[in-house]
Amino acid sequence: MSRRRKIVNAVMLSLTGTCTVFIVGILFIILGYLFWNGARYLNINFFTKLPVPVGESGGGMANAIVGSGKLLLLATLIGVPFGFLGGVYLAEFGTGIFPSMVRYMTDLLNGVPSIVIGIFAYGVVVARMGHFSTFAGGLALGVMMVPIALRTTEEFLRAVPQSLREGAMALGASKARTIATVVIPAAVKGILSGMMLDLARVAGETAPLLFTSLGNTFWSPGWNKPTAALPVMIYTYAISPYDDWHHQAWAAGFVLLALVLLVNIVARQVLARTSHAR
Amino acid sequence: MSTAPSVLPRPRASQFAAKLRAGDQLAYTLTLICAASIFLVTCLLVYQLWAGSVLSRQKFGWNFIFSSTWDPVKEDYGGVPFMFGTVVTSLVSLLISVPIGLGAAIFLSEMALPGISDALTFLIELLAAVPSVIYGLLGIFLLVPVLESVVVPALKSVLGFLPIFAGPFYGVSLLSASVVLSIMIVPFIISVSREVLLAVPVDQREAALSLGATRWETTWQVVVPYASRGIYGSIFLALARALGETMAVTMVVGNTSKVQTSLLAPGNSIASVIANQFNEATSDMYISALIELGLVLFAITIIINGLARLMILTTGARIAK
Repeated sequence: MSRRRKIVNAVMLSLTGTCTVFIVGILFIILGYLFWNGARYLNINFFTKLPVPVGESGGGMANAIVGSGKLLLLATLIGVPFGFLGGVYLAEFGTGIFPSMVRYMTDLLNGVPSIVIGIFAYGVVVARMGHFSTFAGGLALGVMMVPIALRTTEEFLRAVPQSLREGAMALGASKARTIATVVIPAAVKGILSGMMLDLARVAGETAPLLFTSLGNTFWSPGWNKPTAALPVMIYTYAISPYDDWHHQAWAAGFVLLALVLLVNIVARQVLARTSHAR
Repeated sequence: MSTAPSVLPRPRASQFAAKLRAGDQLAYTLTLICAASIFLVTCLLVYQLWAGSVLSRQKFGWNFIFSSTWDPVKEDYGGVPFMFGTVVTSLVSLLISVPIGLGAAIFLSEMALPGISDALTFLIELLAAVPSVIYGLLGIFLLVPVLESVVVPALKSVLGFLPIFAGPFYGVSLLSASVVLSIMIVPFIISVSREVLLAVPVDQREAALSLGATRWETTWQVVVPYASRGIYGSIFLALARALGETMAVTMVVGNTSKVQTSLLAPGNSIASVIANQFNEATSDMYISALIELGLVLFAITIIINGLARLMILTTGARIAK
């Protein structure tokens, strides 16, 4: 009996270790395969040229890179102010039933599938204006940013010690002034890192862009025309039957993943350091 | 603020205080509006889905969720093939990812040294940051060939008599989508489960060990049950994500609008059909039917997410006690 229990113990514990190794192994396979393929097909044209028709060689995705940048700029302009100020409300003024409803609703909105957010932006902007636009895509991504921006801001403001607030108020500062000049600066590193993670998350979103910013094989001037975006390009090129396009998709995947992971690693390091300092 | 009538001019100090309070009031109102915008967005979202699907709802009524015909030519729409695909791929992905994820979470919380555990968790959480379109890309060019040449022949030779492994395999299939999904959701299961396992008080473990239980018995019979509700919560969160996942699924699932019992056959999911057909939808009724599918998906994920949050909250409360 005791022998059997010991064996079960050893087997099960080593199985849990195997599971961990398996998952981490998958991460390295994904990174390795993508970087190997991506680096092979990546060249300077990718960053400087427009896409070319099938059969011609030497095209790039310059318009998609700029398009993604514009979409993310719009998303930040929409998502960050609402998320940040809403988070300030929850952390500094939030007691009672209404704030907890806001919290619950935020978590639910965070769980809404991105394709449904796409339908939302389609209904609000595209259907009304009658055409696809950069603005519609930016709105979809911005709405997706709000929940996480809001909850991270709240979390980091709450972590600021109460004594700092009391100190500021004892010196005669109003509550608004205390928040703006004492509480927020104390939490700014964490909040910024959280926002960067949020941005990295929506940078890879494809589904909400499919029927909002659509796609474009040329430059998209202004904010009111359809625009190409890196994730959508990866999708379109990957499901196409052409080898040339597959190569482009790998290069684009490489660039996108490198950016997303870089932001993640840097932001998480900053977060880990701030939480240790606490 | 004060309602007392006063004829005397207010002293300077109190005027100043009133101004400051006005600043507070401004900050309060501004931040309140931003917080309340969450409600506005959610209401607008529900309204869009409801109003956008009106044509389809009026024509098909409840039949929409019971009919398995999806015929854009005859304008006859039913959501069953997509709901079926969504549910099947999500459940199969849970079958794969829950044992592995729970195992890894147990290892990271109970066995590994804190430093190693943190480093490995960091790596695993990076997996969660990989965009879904990248998973789709790897699904097409890496996973499907591996399934085709290694996994499916093995499955067929061992379990080929089961109807769920019957029929030919063309690469794109419900199985491929399930495997991609399971890789995508496993980081969520691991990181949330590890958190709740770590929150179990140490004295629970010490009590079990001092009664002569082995390390595994302590973990499986004491620690895991104590954290069970949080673990269920993590599984529900993962399920909600799997149900709503679009790009990775649509790239490997095959996109056919039929209900097939074999996991090796191509299928479809709600999110995937919306992504695929929305831009091709030519008639108002077609778009309306797709938006109604979006409404169904929204309802399902809201319910699953709501349950998950409640479970995690109640476990947190119990452990805090």
